[in-house]
Amino acid sequence: MDLLASAVLVLARWDVAAALLVGSVGGVVIGAIPGVGAAVAIAILLPATFSLDPIVGLTALLGIYGSSMYGGAIPAILINTPGTAVNALTTYEGTPMTRRGEARRALSLAYSASFFGGVFSVVCLILLSPVLAWIAPQFGSREIFLAALLGIVLVVLAHRGRILAAGMLACFGIWLNTIGLEPIQYSQRYTFGQSWLAGGVDLIVVVLGLFALSQAFVLLVEPDRRSRAGAVAGSLFTGFRELLRNKRVAAASSGFGVLMGMIPGVGEFTAQFLSYTYAQRTSKKPEAFGDGSPEGLIASEAANNAVPAAAMIPLLALGIPGEALTAMMLSVFYVHNVVPGPGLFQNHMDFVVALYLALLILNVLVILFLLSSTNVLLKVIEIPTRFLGITILTLSFVGVYSLRNSAIDCAIAAGFGVFGFILKRLNLPIVPIILGMVLGGIMEAKLRTSMMRVQTPLDFIDRPIAFILFLIILAVVASHIWQSLRSRKRKDH
Amino acid sequence: MRSAGAQLGISTVESRDDEARAGALAFQLMFLLFAVFLLSQIGTETRSATGGNFAAQPRLWPAIGVGGMLLFGLAHIAATWRSRVPGAIPEILNWVRAIEYLIWFMAYVAVVPVVGYLPSTVAFTVLLAVRQGYRTAAVLLSAAALGAAIVTVFKAGLSVRIPGGAIYEHLPGGLRSFMILNF
Repeated sequence: MDLLASAVLVLARWDVAAALLVGSVGGVVIGAIPGVGAAVAIAILLPATFSLDPIVGLTALLGIYGSSMYGGAIPAILINTPGTAVNALTTYEGTPMTRRGEARRALSLAYSASFFGGVFSVVCLILLSPVLAWIAPQFGSREIFLAALLGIVLVVLAHRGRILAAGMLACFGIWLNTIGLEPIQYSQRYTFGQSWLAGGVDLIVVVLGLFALSQAFVLLVEPDRRSRAGAVAGSLFTGFRELLRNKRVAAASSGFGVLMGMIPGVGEFTAQFLSYTYAQRTSKKPEAFGDGSPEGLIASEAANNAVPAAAMIPLLALGIPGEALTAMMLSVFYVHNVVPGPGLFQNHMDFVVALYLALLILNVLVILFLLSSTNVLLKVIEIPTRFLGITILTLSFVGVYSLRNSAIDCAIAAGFGVFGFILKRLNLPIVPIILGMVLGGIMEAKLRTSMMRVQTPLDFIDRPIAFILFLIILAVVASHIWQSLRSRKRKDH
Repeated sequence: MRSAGAQLGISTVESRDDEARAGALAFQLMFLLFAVFLLSQIGTETRSATGGNFAAQPRLWPAIGVGGMLLFGLAHIAATWRSRVPGAIPEILNWVRAIEYLIWFMAYVAVVPVVGYLPSTVAFTVLLAVRQGYRTAAVLLSAAALGAAIVTVFKAGLSVRIPGGAIYEHLPGGLRSFMILNF
């Protein structure tokens, strides 16, 4: 109780309150703008936070990190463009629901699932911080490799009916990630002697191209359409009631978010796909997934919003950033001579709990903001589609160009925009490319380090967690083969 | 009823028409040719280190990626061969239409450092609105306002790193700094 009181004292300052408010509301707005996203926003705001107290700077950044995915769900549902990369899966269910005239229901569900995921993860972490800080180090290289491999397997298998295309595109993502200078032998891979390829292909550039620019091209090429936001009447709290009916999926997805968030380098993507696949496989209506399934939407949003709080665990407990956003936050600690690691948990637990409380408060602020401003935000769908295309194209420039002021980045993003346009025309999945890039990089690094410590292939799975992950991969693949054979047999009959 | 192949779709485009499906084989063949090209270059574009464990080979993951593209690509063509639809040209022309906007985008990228972020963005949004067939003053004004708002929020408000236009150098002292800093 003393700890909680000291944590509240850390937060009870006007500048922390202002940082929370600006971070949470700003995060929603930034997240709602395709092609900007939390990474760019945090990168822009990072230098400004160096002059602030660590708790002020970190709450502002955490606000953006934690709330951008709430906001990212809005364009994902309304205009089929995820505001942030991790809202990609939300488009699978949100867009079909919007097409059916259920935008309000989809948004309400997304908000409530996000809120549930966010709060669930913070409560879990406050209660389990010491235990989780002990478990996280049990995940060595081989466990992370196997978790990433499981993520790839699941993303491919989740594209039922298009598994071969998904596999092909996931491998394309893996290949994309290998372009440039590799870090061990310092040799160039697939740079074709071009210096601009030596640094590799930036994930944000690819994401902007495949999602934002391609969507702009789609909207500009297709005939102009103007949707009417007729279905906005009614309470946005209905999502909470529907969430209660799907509490199993919400709890499991938030659990996956917490678990995967704790594993460095895995994060939202794997959490989402594990929870989405779990929801699909355990659903009474698995055929509705991809066609506006509320369970799929809950799985996606609850999982990704459960990750930010959990992702702070490896950062705070071990000093290991799990992904780009927490890596950026690490610099805020170092600027203020606060060294994250076990010492932080031992000596500044009030600071750690204050950060978790800040995350809890920001979830409340965000849901209040969204519940009160959704009618205004829903006006977005009344914008003519071609005008929206112009908007997305113009905003995409900000996203790509502000990264490095590089025209080459813009050209690469535009190229991926056309590629994404073709994929959308052909109804081929885009997400496996991104997953291939993210998880491919993790797998390469983790396999390399783990193989240095094993003598035989069996040693690779001689630790309990690695063995369990290996069994899960085998079970997932075997289950898919069995289901395919069974459905083929049914067709033959 | 939705086809199995349409499940888990991510597109707003109702592309499951014959025109789009006709382009599928063309896309698959192009993708496969690209994979074959990458495979043919693997010897020169990646290195194989002597000794050491296989996981540290610089060539391993490019080989996994390219090999997977090739295998899955071949299997994809084989699996969809029976359902192929002839006449890919109209669909390929649709793809070319997207390239027009790629050119618009790249022209905008080229113009910003010269003309400045604010003038080029306002011009870009208005001209693109005209290209899209909008003619009413209200929409064109909205397009101009959109461009100005984006610049104000991101450059003046959030100080996004976008350099000032070369043209600003010709402005008088105070205004020059103001424009470079904010627009």
